[in-house]
Amino acid sequence: MTNVLRIGLAAVAGIVVLAGLGCSQKSETQEVTQAKAPGAKLKVVYIPKKSGIAYFDEVVNGFHVEADKVNVDFTTVAPDSGDATSQIPLIKEQIQKGVNVIAITPNSPDALNAALDEAKAKGVIVLTIDADLVGNETHRAACIMPTDADAVGPAQLDELASELPSGGDFAILSATHDAPNQNYWIAGLKKALADPKYSKLKLVDIVYGDDDPGKSTTEAEALLAKYPNLRGIISPTSAGLPAVAQVLDTAGKYPGGAHAVGGGIVLTGLSTPKQMKKYVDKGVLQKFLLWSPRQMGVLACYLAVKMKAGEIKPDEGVTVSVPALDDHKFGAKGIINASPLVTFDKKNIGQFGF
Amino acid sequence: MRTLLKRPELAPFVLLIVAFVIAARGSHSFLDVSYLLDTTSLHAETALMALGMTLVIVSGNIDLSPASNLALTACIVAKLALAGLPPALVVVAAVVVGGVLGAVNGALVAYGRLPSFLVTLATLALYRGGAQALTGPASIKLPDKLYGADQLLILKVPLPFVVVLVFAVVVAVLLHRTILGRWIYAIGLNEGAARFSAVPTAAVKFWCFTALGMLSGLSAMLLLSRLGVARYDHARGQELDVITAVLLGGASLAGGRGTVLGTLLAVALVAVVRAGMGLADVEADYQLAVIGALLVGAALATGGLEKLSSWTRMAREVG
Repeated sequence: MTNVLRIGLAAVAGIVVLAGLGCSQKSETQEVTQAKAPGAKLKVVYIPKKSGIAYFDEVVNGFHVEADKVNVDFTTVAPDSGDATSQIPLIKEQIQKGVNVIAITPNSPDALNAALDEAKAKGVIVLTIDADLVGNETHRAACIMPTDADAVGPAQLDELASELPSGGDFAILSATHDAPNQNYWIAGLKKALADPKYSKLKLVDIVYGDDDPGKSTTEAEALLAKYPNLRGIISPTSAGLPAVAQVLDTAGKYPGGAHAVGGGIVLTGLSTPKQMKKYVDKGVLQKFLLWSPRQMGVLACYLAVKMKAGEIKPDEGVTVSVPALDDHKFGAKGIINASPLVTFDKKNIGQFGF
Repeated sequence: MRTLLKRPELAPFVLLIVAFVIAARGSHSFLDVSYLLDTTSLHAETALMALGMTLVIVSGNIDLSPASNLALTACIVAKLALAGLPPALVVVAAVVVGGVLGAVNGALVAYGRLPSFLVTLATLALYRGGAQALTGPASIKLPDKLYGADQLLILKVPLPFVVVLVFAVVVAVLLHRTILGRWIYAIGLNEGAARFSAVPTAAVKFWCFTALGMLSGLSAMLLLSRLGVARYDHARGQELDVITAVLLGGASLAGGRGTVLGTLLAVALVAVVRAGMGLADVEADYQLAVIGALLVGAALATGGLEKLSSWTRMAREVG
C-alpha cells in the first residue's frame, strides 16, 4: 500500500510541476503584452517597516494623494514583523509582480542588499524612505529623509525660548542612551545653546526614558523632584513627550496648572499629533514639532515617476520642484529631505491622522 | 486504504496541492518556475532546521533554540571568515559550532535529565544573547567569496535547494531505514520501554539534538551567504516557523510520530501559501492567520483520519 501511495504522490507532483511549466510560459507572454501596452501606468509599491503603524499609514496617504495626480498604480505591502529579514520575501514578490519602483523603509541597513540588487538588476528603481541604508547607499537609487536633521535640535530650543522669554533651567528627556537620532539632535541643540540669544536658558540634565512609557514617567517625576526651579522640559521622542505631559498634567505643574510654581514648566519636543491632542487641548503644552510623514510619500511618489522617466537624477544640488510643495534639493549620497518641521498647536492639531 | 489514511503526510500533501492551485489562480505571476525555484532559497534555512527538528520531535522532545543557534553560529563564523579562514573551512566551522551548541542542549537533556522545553528555552535566550554580546548592534560583513550561494545554480536549481534535498535524503534514510531511526521512534513512543529493550536512550537523544545543531549551523551558512552579513538579531523567531513546519507535517509533540517527507511537504506548503498570498496582495497579518488556521486544520484532519482508520479496523475485526 505504501508503494502505491508513493507512486501516486510522485505522479501528482509531476503533474503539478508540468502544469506549472505550461502556465508559466503563458503568464510570461501575458506580462510582456501588458508592459508594451501604451499608456500603461507606472507601478509603485511602498514597503514600510511593519504593518499597523499610523506613522507609516500617513506616508501611504501621501503616496495615494500624489499617485492620482501623476497617474501611478500605487500599492503598499508590509511585513508582519520589523525583523531585519522580514522584508526580503516582499521585495522578491514585488519584483516578480513586475513593479517599476520599490519604495521601502528598510528594517536593516545591510541585510536587504542582495534582494535590492536583484531589483536593480531587473530595472526596478529602489528608493528608501524615512531611514537609509547607511554605509550601503549604492544598493538604492535615492533616499527620502523626513527632514533636515541639523535643524531638529535648534528648532526645539527655539520653540522653548519663545515660550520662556524670561529663561530658566531646563532638562531633556530622551529615548535611549545610544539612539543615534536622539544624540544627533541633542548635540545640535547643545551647539545652538551657545548662541548668546539663548543665554538665559540653562540645560541642567539629560535623562533617558528608553521610549518606555513607564520609565519615561518615572524619569520625568524624578526631574520635578530633583529640580524645584525647573522651568522647561524638551522631550524629542514620540513616546517620551506624552509621558512627560501626563506627569505635568497629574502634578498640575504646567503653566496655568493648579500647582504651577513660578509660572509653571514649559514642555515641548517631538511627537505625533494624535497622541498629544488631549494635552494640547487642555493647555498642558502649547506647541510641539514633527516633520510630515505624508510629505515623504508625496515626494517619493513624484520622484518615482521622474526618476523612472530619467528626468531627474539624484545628484547633489539637483532641484526637485513638486507642484504644490516647496522646492527640494538633493544633498550628498542621493539624500533629499522631504519637509521642514511642522509645528503643532491647538489650531492645526485636529487635521492630522497619525 | 487504512495505511494511506494513517500516513502523517497526507494532510500537508493534500493542502499543498490545494494551496498550489489557489495560488496559481490568485496571481498569474505565481506559476513561473524560475521564480518558484528562486523562492526556495528563502525557505532553505527553515527546511534544514525542520529536518533536524523532526528527529528531536519524533524522539518526544522539543528544541526552541535552533534560530538562536543559527544567529550565534553565523556571528562566530563570520568573524572567523573575516580573520582569513578559507571558505571551505568556514563551512566546516559552521557545522562544528552549530553541532557543539546543539550538543550542549543534547547533553543537558539526555545526561542532565532536564526537560527539553526548559533547557532549550534557556539556550534560546543564551545563544541569542551570546551573539549580541559577541558582535553588539553592528553587522559583520562577509568576504565576497562566501556571498551569494543562492545565486549559484545547479541544473537551474539554486544551491540551497540542492543542499536541502541532499540532507532530506540523508535524514530520511537515517530516520526511516536504520536501527537508529527505529530507536528514535521507540523513545518517542515509550522511553521507559525503549530503555528496557536495551535502546541507548541517552545517546540517541544526545545525537538528535546534536544533528539539529549541525543543521542549524549549516542554515547559518546559507543565511550568511544569502544576506552577505551576520547580525545577532537575524532569524529571530524562526524557531516557531521550524516547529510549525514539523507539526504541520504530521509529527506529534508527544513523540513517536512524524516523517521527513511530511516535514518537507509542510515547509513547501507554508512557502506556497506565503508566496501565493504575497503575490495576491494579502496582508501579512492575514497570512499569519491562514498559517495558524492551516496548523489547526492539519492537526484536526490528522486526528480525524486516524479515528477513521481505527474505525475501519474495528469494523473489520467485528465483521
